[in-house]
Amino acid sequence: MADEMPTWREYPMAAIILEPGSTAKYKTGDWRSRRPVLDSSKCLKSKCARCWIYCPDAARRVDEDGYFEVDLSHCKGCGICARECPPGAITMVEEGE
Amino acid sequence: MGKRIGLEASLAVSEAVKMARADAVAAYPITPQTHIVEELSQMVADGDLDADFMVVESEHTAMSACCGASAVGARTFTATGGPGLALMHEMLYIASGLRLPIVMAIVNRAYSSPISIWGDHSDVMAQRDAGWIQFFAETGQEVFDLTIQAFKIAEDKRVLLPAAVNLDGFTLSHVIEPFDMPDQEEIDAFLPAYEPQVILDPDKPVTMGAVGFPEIYTEIKKQQNEALLGAYEVILEVWEGFEKAFGRAYHPVESYRTDDAEILISIAGSTACTARVAVDNMRDQGKKVGLVRTRLWRPYPFEETRAAVKGAKAVAVMDRCLSFGGPGGPICSELRSALYPLPEKPVVNSYIVGLGGRDITLQDFYTVVEDAERVLSEGPPDEYQYKMIGVRE
Repeated sequence: MADEMPTWREYPMAAIILEPGSTAKYKTGDWRSRRPVLDSSKCLKSKCARCWIYCPDAARRVDEDGYFEVDLSHCKGCGICARECPPGAITMVEEGE
Repeated sequence: MGKRIGLEASLAVSEAVKMARADAVAAYPITPQTHIVEELSQMVADGDLDADFMVVESEHTAMSACCGASAVGARTFTATGGPGLALMHEMLYIASGLRLPIVMAIVNRAYSSPISIWGDHSDVMAQRDAGWIQFFAETGQEVFDLTIQAFKIAEDKRVLLPAAVNLDGFTLSHVIEPFDMPDQEEIDAFLPAYEPQVILDPDKPVTMGAVGFPEIYTEIKKQQNEALLGAYEVILEVWEGFEKAFGRAYHPVESYRTDDAEILISIAGSTACTARVAVDNMRDQGKKVGLVRTRLWRPYPFEETRAAVKGAKAVAVMDRCLSFGGPGGPICSELRSALYPLPEKPVVNSYIVGLGGRDITLQDFYTVVEDAERVLSEGPPDEYQYKMIGVRE
């Protein structure tokens, strides 16, 4: 792997990241030990949106039906969405279950 | 042409920053640096300097604000000394790691405890490895010139690193000296506006200072090290240009009466003025003594240092910094390292002088030269790697 990586001459000076939003390319969801699972029958959708507001990693997005689905390739499993959800529509489930 | 004036060395720093047309200054006052930033604050308030003067609550914040200002492309200056420099410690590495060409005057002050507001080099030596270009000035004129030069060197596209100019607290900072003060047009011709390579700009966003995982950290540090090593040639080039423009020559190591010298005194900073008198007096007595003064400290001038001490039998290095329980004063340790690969080299003795503002007298120079003579005839004593001079036993 090391052979394929850039040499010190090839990195931008001071490792400055020249392309905005490049973090989206890095899949960091594998740090997670628990994942949020939504019970859509309880979800208040756009009238609430607390999970979307509180998610510290911008891993919540709106699906075609207006529900806030989770982007599991970036969700760290912190559980803030489950804690903040007023109707209790989100539960945290151990990965592997 | 410019004019000849009398000015306090601290205020000459402020004048240099003004003539360099700095865009941003962030600083916190600390003795003995205060006159520099007080004057800059006045210049900005009076409209004589078109810069943002950021009043901050600590030196950590001062250097943080300087990093931000430099990152948006501003020509940026700060000044501190002693404990203030210590409080900047973390941010010094960020400034160099982000390759921000900030210029700083360090008015050298001892560290507490006991509390000392007076001068020695403990402050900068504790920041030696922060990746900054570092100079030691002997005179007020040199402080002024180095400040102007520091901007040009630091901002060079081949360098892009912060630079610090050291001046001794009180014994240089508060001394009124005659200056050859150039005209603004001369400075403008020598030091054009800063042209940053990458800046923080909402219209063209970049990220500075993101995480560097173990897979890339070493490569980025290699880049930074190459930049500091490469700064050496740029420094020589800038000094050559400065001499052409202003007639004053600058070298990494300054030598005085060294041609046939058997014993050399090595020192950094304003104490070299006293050393020169001591050398003259000892020469009058028939002693073959000379002086080498460190002006450029980082990047370390290996070749010039080796050349400067070549042919001498002994070098008496006088450090204004005690490396507790270490191999000797910092300037001495590095000189010994620089000479180590050479087959023939002088004996190098480490003497600690002038701690916490203790006067360095002519007698101190005679004492270390006599000690060096004794070491040459009797061999070094077993009991010390370094010797503190002037301690009451």
